[in-house]
Amino acid sequence: MKYAGIDIGSRSIEIVVLRNGNIVHSAKTDTTFDLLAQCKLLMKGIEAAKIVATGYGRKLFTDESGINHVEAITEIQAYALGARRIYPDVRTVLDIGGQDTKVISLNSNGKVVKFEMNDRCAAGTGKFIEFMAAALQVPIESFGAFALKADKKIHINSMCTVFAESEATSLMARGEKPANIAIGLHQAIVDRTFSMLSRVDGKTPVLFAGGVAHNPCVKSLLEEKLRDTIIIPDNPDMVGALGAALYSAGR
Amino acid sequence: MSEDYKDMWKSLGLNLEAHDMLLKALGKGYQDIYMTQQNRPAGMGYFDFVMSEVHGLRIKELIDEKRAGRKVIGSFCVFVPEEIVLAADAVLVGLCTGADFAMEDVEKLLPRNTCSLIKSAFGFKLGKVCPYLESADMIVGENTCDGKKKSYETLNDLVSNLYVMDIPQMKSIKGRDLLKAEYMRFKNAVEELTGITINSARLKKGIEIVNNKRKAIHKLSILRKAEPVPLSGLDALLINQVFFYDEPIRFTESVNKVCDELEMRIRKEEGVLPKGASRILISGCPMALPNWKLPWLIETSGAVIVGEESCVGERGIKNLTDNSGNTVEELMEAIIDRYFKVNCAIFTPNQDRLKDIEEMVKTCQADGVIHYGLQFCQPYLMESISVEKALEAKNIPTLRIETDYSMEDVEQLRTRVEAFIELIK
Ligand code: SF4
Ligand code: SF4
Repeated sequence: MKYAGIDIGSRSIEIVVLRNGNIVHSAKTDTTFDLLAQCKLLMKGIEAAKIVATGYGRKLFTDESGINHVEAITEIQAYALGARRIYPDVRTVLDIGGQDTKVISLNSNGKVVKFEMNDRCAAGTGKFIEFMAAALQVPIESFGAFALKADKKIHINSMCTVFAESEATSLMARGEKPANIAIGLHQAIVDRTFSMLSRVDGKTPVLFAGGVAHNPCVKSLLEEKLRDTIIIPDNPDMVGALGAALYSAGR
Repeated sequence: MSEDYKDMWKSLGLNLEAHDMLLKALGKGYQDIYMTQQNRPAGMGYFDFVMSEVHGLRIKELIDEKRAGRKVIGSFCVFVPEEIVLAADAVLVGLCTGADFAMEDVEKLLPRNTCSLIKSAFGFKLGKVCPYLESADMIVGENTCDGKKKSYETLNDLVSNLYVMDIPQMKSIKGRDLLKAEYMRFKNAVEELTGITINSARLKKGIEIVNNKRKAIHKLSILRKAEPVPLSGLDALLINQVFFYDEPIRFTESVNKVCDELEMRIRKEEGVLPKGASRILISGCPMALPNWKLPWLIETSGAVIVGEESCVGERGIKNLTDNSGNTVEELMEAIIDRYFKVNCAIFTPNQDRLKDIEEMVKTCQADGVIHYGLQFCQPYLMESISVEKALEAKNIPTLRIETDYSMEDVEQLRTRVEAFIELIK
């Protein structure tokens, strides 16, 4: 019997299929403007006894995909389940995705006890980093490595995507080294994340998931601030889909 | 139907086109949110009717009363004592502040970071769409939060009949003295407006009518706590919202009828949701008509609301006014005592509100608390953090929501609400 989990985010969709508790298939695609068509594409050829959807598109998927045995759970629950499978002792899950950031605190039994999500603005999310990389004309994939070349950390005051961009531009106009500005921008997002972590009273070990977990600068600044190492799974983007698949299989 | 009221609306100076838009939106919202609910008690039919006629029949009644010489007084806060108003044969109506309207015009007068409630009051005035506001002979503002206090200075330029009442900020002896002085001044103002001298018999009668209204809600609040829950939180909220508009005696009868039905439902173990649904207590800013956003999100996510620590809810109706006094002075003291117990976040310190919340969690057997704070509402947002901390220290799961009247954050809120329900299961 196969069980599938699908994480339908605003930027990308991931799927994980389990058999006897083992991952037998996983795939990822962009969300594009036709979310349902993309889901169908990912689902092609997959015969699962049950599918569990999570992510912002979960409702649309359960209502309109035309598949019967679907259920929906929130990203919070999915990430908690997925993270615990990857690292059973995990106490805090941090996910920085394209449009939202969430922090989930688990008790020693793995139950979610508290969570925080960013409010409607994009400050502190992957979107912020994307904008800033574009402003400094650095490809997003190498933005973290670029920032790590800094010889000095510039303090960026604004967390608002629009204001931070103009702050960065005026620093450049004053001749500041782009890498130094870049690390300041990374620090801003890390500070913001850290305050969310403190609000849920986040304990270690911390598992870092979502697209931004690929960024080495965010990781190292966060570890500096936490004074501890953080765990980054091999596939940080797949944690939600994995959790949904685990839920589908009845854990 | 609306054809019949056009002349009436015109005579009140409403902007018919804008008003039509508002009614359409209201009707649609009601249809989508209320009429799609399952297993409603039949007695809610009365409230459906009231809602369908909220700008029609009820306004006609008010105008008829005005013709017969009664005065209409509008208020924005539960600190305006209805007992005194009724004692002078006047009618008290709560003014709607639960929807965005004419926002561009509002933002010319108020800073953007003003709470939705205040903006809404201005939007209804500037858009000329509220027949209650336009038929009021006196509009009472109160110095509660800074936002309201300062915005009344601006409102005063827009209306000719604003009366501002000062409200204490501390539950001290001095604070009570201030409330007393202000209620006495208000009594005089109402007497002057109506030409009626308030004597003890009149005051007693006013107290009795309002107490009966409160008693009916008290009964309703107890009944809806049963398991399975016999009345949705949305319907309970609606009843609490209509509390501010309807003719008080008829309202009381209608609530009591719903109560009778709920008793039967409880005997038959008939609920709006099956047994075991997560039970939520809402606490925080008042939800004025037609603000149903958060309750709708909660109750379409599989949980049910069992109480609301809010001015449109328990905080507003909690205590009765002692009716045993014989003189105007004694009865006025009883009124002051009753209102001085309202634990609004504009007071400092305000630990009694926390006690109220904790008590409600117990009596409602709530699985968790959702704290509702309007964006830019300093008093409640400030308290939300200490409330959350205190409740969590007692292992009561708490979710803090900060939002406004717009619908753009609905999906994000839904995720939070659903995750919270998963957490308390
Ligand atoms: S919350 Fe405070 S200011 Fe608002 S209606 Fe209630 S008592 Fe009045
Ligand atoms: S919601 Fe808060 S800010 Fe708005 S009027 Fe009420 S107390 Fe004042």
